[in-house]
Amino acid sequence: MAMKSYDLRQYPSFKAITIFCLFILYAPLLVVTVYSFNDSVSITNWEGVSLRWYAEVFTGAESEKFKIAARNSFVIALIAASASTVMATFAATAILRGGRFKLRTASFGLISLPLMVPEIVTAVATLIFFNAIGVDRGLITILLAHIAFCIPFAYLPISARMQGIEATYEQAAMDLYATRAKAFTRVLLPLMMPGIISGWLLAFIVSLDDFIITNFVKGAGVETLPTAIFGSVKQGIKPNIMAISTMLLGVSVVMVTLSWLISRRDNNK
Amino acid sequence: MQLHSDRPIAVDVRDAVKVYGDFTALKRVSLSIHDNEFFTLLGPSGCGKTTLLRMIAGFEDVTEGSIALFGEPIAALPPHKRPVNTVFQNYALFPHMTVLDNVGFGLEMLGRSKSEARKRAGEVLDMVQLSQFSSRKPSQLSGGQQQRVALARALAPQPKVLLLDEPLSALDLKLRKAMQLELKHLQRETGITFIFVTHDQEEALTMSDRIAVMSAGELQQLGDAREIYERPKNRFVADFIGDTNLIEVTVDAVAEGQAKCHLGGGHALICDAVEGVKAGDKVHMSMRPERLFLSEEPIAAEGFRGTVRENIFIGTDITTIVALNEGPDFTIRASNSSRGNSRVFDIGAEVVVNMEQGAGRLLTD
Repeated sequence: MAMKSYDLRQYPSFKAITIFCLFILYAPLLVVTVYSFNDSVSITNWEGVSLRWYAEVFTGAESEKFKIAARNSFVIALIAASASTVMATFAATAILRGGRFKLRTASFGLISLPLMVPEIVTAVATLIFFNAIGVDRGLITILLAHIAFCIPFAYLPISARMQGIEATYEQAAMDLYATRAKAFTRVLLPLMMPGIISGWLLAFIVSLDDFIITNFVKGAGVETLPTAIFGSVKQGIKPNIMAISTMLLGVSVVMVTLSWLISRRDNNK
Repeated sequence: MQLHSDRPIAVDVRDAVKVYGDFTALKRVSLSIHDNEFFTLLGPSGCGKTTLLRMIAGFEDVTEGSIALFGEPIAALPPHKRPVNTVFQNYALFPHMTVLDNVGFGLEMLGRSKSEARKRAGEVLDMVQLSQFSSRKPSQLSGGQQQRVALARALAPQPKVLLLDEPLSALDLKLRKAMQLELKHLQRETGITFIFVTHDQEEALTMSDRIAVMSAGELQQLGDAREIYERPKNRFVADFIGDTNLIEVTVDAVAEGQAKCHLGGGHALICDAVEGVKAGDKVHMSMRPERLFLSEEPIAAEGFRGTVRENIFIGTDITTIVALNEGPDFTIRASNSSRGNSRVFDIGAEVVVNMEQGAGRLLTD
C-alpha cells in the first residue's frame, strides 16, 4: 500500500495536467482534420460533413500543381531516405565496429551535429554551397540537400540498435568460418534491420515534410508538397489545404505505426 | 589415468605474451595441449585464461611468442581461417536464425551446400538430443538447451580443437553437473581436443585430463587433477584448488627425504621434504581438511593438542574448527558416516588433531 503514494497517478491534478498537455499537442491537428471534412468555403464555420475538399485536391484548379508537387515530394523522400540510410548504416558500422580509432568521438559528433544546427543556417549554407559550385537549382539540388540532412536522422535509430548488438555475434560468425563481409551480411545486417527500417522511415518523414531547406534550394517553378502548400496558403487558407494536410498526417501516422510495429515484433522474438 | 604425452601436440603455446596498453594480461606462458585431451585453463577472473583462449581462437593478436596448431603457426591467421570453434560464455546464438540454421552456419561458411549443412546440423543436434527443437528460434529455448545448441554449432564443422569459454557458468547447479558429464562424454565420443576455461576448480577437477592453473597472467602449475590437488607447487595453487589449511611452519632438520618441522606453539611434525627446503626455513604447509582427523587421545607421536571451537554440518561432511593450544586454527573435515561421526567431538572438547600419512605438503612460495 505504501507503494501507492509514489504512483505518479496519485499526484494532485495528474489527470487535469495530462489532459491539458494532450489538448495543446493535438487540438490543432484535430481542428485541421475535422475541418477538412467541412462542407463550407469558410475555414471556421461548420456546415456539415463532406468530402468536397478532398475531391477539390484531386480535381480542382490547383490539383495539377499539387499532383506534381506530391510526386516530387515522394520521389525525393524515397531516394533521400534510401541513400541516407545506406550511408548512415556504413557510418554506424565504421564508428561502432571499427575498433578504437582517432577522432571516433569527433565522427559521432560530426554526424549528429546537424540535428542541433538551426535549420535556417543549414538552408543558407546549402544554398551558398550550390551557388559556389555553380549547380543550377532544381530537383537535383533538393535531393542532394535532403540526402545530406537526412543522414543524422537515419543514423540515430541505426546506431542505437547497433549498440545493443553484442560484438560476440560477429565473433561467433567469424569463428564459424565467415569472412568479415559474410559476418556483416549474414549476422550483423539482419540483426540491425529493425534499426535500419526505423531509420529509413524517420528519414522519409523528415524529407517528406521539410520546408525551410527545400524552399531555399529549390529552383523557380519546382515545388514539393510543403512548398506548394505554403505557396497556396499565401493566397489565403482554403479548406483544400486542410484536406492535403490531413492526408500528409495520415501518411505520417501510418509510417510511425509501421515503425512501432516493426520494433515491437522484434522485441517479441 | 590416460596417457596423453605420446599423442601429437594439438596446440603449442610458446612464450605467449599479451599486452593491452600498459597492462600485461599474459606473461610468457608456454604450454602444450595434446590431441584428444580435455584440457582446462583454471584461474580466478583476470588471470589471463580467457585472453589465452581468445588468442587461440584468433580474437586477440599475440603481442609476443607463437601459437601453433598441429605444428602450423596460426598466430597470424584471422579467426575464420583457423580450424577451431568456440562455445561462447553467453552462447552468442544468432537470434534471427533457427536452431538448425545456427548449427549449420559453420558448414555453410565452409562452402557446403545448404542441404548438406542442414543434414549434418541435424545429426549433431541428434547427438545433443535437441533434434525436436531444430525449427525453433534460440530465444524459445531454455538456458540449458541454448547451451547445447551452442555446443552443437561449434562441433558441427568438426574443428580440430574446441574452445569453451566458461560455457556452464550461466546454468544452475544441477544442470551444470549434468552438463559437465555430458561434455566429458562428448569429448570422448568425438575425439576432439577440448580447451575449457573456468574459474570453478570443482568443474576443472571433474572434467579435465589435465589442468593449467593460472594466476596474474602466469602459469602456476600444470598437471592432472590429482597432481594439482595433492601436490600443489605453491601457495596459490594449494589455496585456489579446494579447501586447505595453510599453516606457517619452521623447518628444523631435513634428512633422508623427510623434513622435521614445528608450527606455532611448538607442535612438531614430520613430512615429505621438497626441493629447496633446508633447516631454518620458514615456509608454508598445506594440509587438506579431509586428510586430518580428530581423536581423544594421541595415536602417534605427532598430534596437535587443541580445543574444538565449532562444528559445521554441511550434509555430506562435518567441518570442525579446532584451535591448537597456543597455535593456529585448523579446519578438519569428517565424512558424515558412522566412522566419520565417531571422530566428531562437542564444542569445547580437548582433542588431538592427527595427520594421515603424507597429508602435509611443504610449499616453497
